[in-house]
Amino acid sequence: MATQKQKKQEKPIVLFVNEEKEPLFSKKNRSLVTDPLNDNNPITVQVLGICSALAITVQLKPALVMAIAVMAVVVASNVIVSLIRNFIPNRIRIIVQLVIVAGLVVLVDLVLKAFAYDVSKQLSVFVGLIITNCIVMGRLEAFALANGPWKSFLDGIGNAAGYGAILVIVAFFRELLGSGKLFGFHVVPQAFYDMGYMNNGLMLLSPMALITVGLLIWVQRSRNRKLIEK
Amino acid sequence: MELVNLFVKSVFIENMIFAYFLGMCSYLAVSKTVKTAVGLGVAVIFVLAITVPLNYLIDNYLLKAGALSWMGEQYASLDLSFLSYILFIAVIASMVQLVEMVVEKFAPALYGALGIFLPLIAVNCAILGGSLFMQQKDFSGISEASVYGFGSGVGWFIAILAIASIREKISYSNIPAPLKGLGITFILTGLMAIAFMSFMGIKL
Repeated sequence: MATQKQKKQEKPIVLFVNEEKEPLFSKKNRSLVTDPLNDNNPITVQVLGICSALAITVQLKPALVMAIAVMAVVVASNVIVSLIRNFIPNRIRIIVQLVIVAGLVVLVDLVLKAFAYDVSKQLSVFVGLIITNCIVMGRLEAFALANGPWKSFLDGIGNAAGYGAILVIVAFFRELLGSGKLFGFHVVPQAFYDMGYMNNGLMLLSPMALITVGLLIWVQRSRNRKLIEK
Repeated sequence: MELVNLFVKSVFIENMIFAYFLGMCSYLAVSKTVKTAVGLGVAVIFVLAITVPLNYLIDNYLLKAGALSWMGEQYASLDLSFLSYILFIAVIASMVQLVEMVVEKFAPALYGALGIFLPLIAVNCAILGGSLFMQQKDFSGISEASVYGFGSGVGWFIAILAIASIREKISYSNIPAPLKGLGITFILTGLMAIAFMSFMGIKL
């Protein structure tokens, strides 16, 4: 609310109106980054971006790479769309946004192919699917179209981090329980196997990703009671 | 026979939702009642069955390495496959728009039933996923691509219909409060995915 009042006092022609008056890391701006980590998590609360999130969480490494790739795309597209938001005709905005996002994803895809070929092979079509990842479109529609570039930048960072956090947590449990490894290194000591411990092969299959997220939601909502659905 | 096999495979074994988690966002958001779920499911079948063969043609006659050879010798060495994301999504977005207009003109009843779901579909991961998997699978003809597109749509339809009917019933059960709504839906989907794994290896 406070920023809107400020905006009215300024002359409306300048693009970067409210950013110049407000300190860069004011309390509100900080909450843009921290909110999506818990109270407003894109995956567990807003239900965005689940599409490509779950299939790549068998191991930590692809999950981490995916989180970074999504962050790059969300942040960049948020800033670009928020810069040109006053020039996009409302009726064709979805196609404009899709083209911007698609262009960025092509860049990410080419960079991955050049510098992390193994991981890009593992992620296969899911890099391309960042285009239709609901997080990207959702944040563009809900935030970047109505806010300035700096805020959109922070919002992009926060949401991508919240998404990445869930991805990494799920991948951590799936890799640890499923194959006894973390980042490809064995962490479960051989003594455990000798005593009869076995890797849970079910964790490697796709259904367990869904159940893990379901349980995560359970844990999060029982700690944070105001998120409970009626 | 090959085609029937491919159809069964794309509906049950490589189910968009249970095997690849594609289109989860709308799957979770729109599955609260059976009626809306059916509307969205039909729209997805519709759009997938149209865009996958269309993108197959684009991929094979414009984008692949050597695909442009029909235009003349000097184009034979071009490889435009890095453009595939942008072209696919453009085709999907414009096809959705086109389908919307055609349906509105010729089948107003269906248009009323599908309502807001048609435009939403442009950003449904299952649609783009269908085209990207099609590109990866290297189908030998357009009939295979069409069957694959239609089959994936049917698989998605079955999945959302099933979860919507379960969610309608489960609202009367006594679920732990933090698990209500989203949490239990995730776990249910997981259990259904385990059930769908039993189709693995079926061959006609």
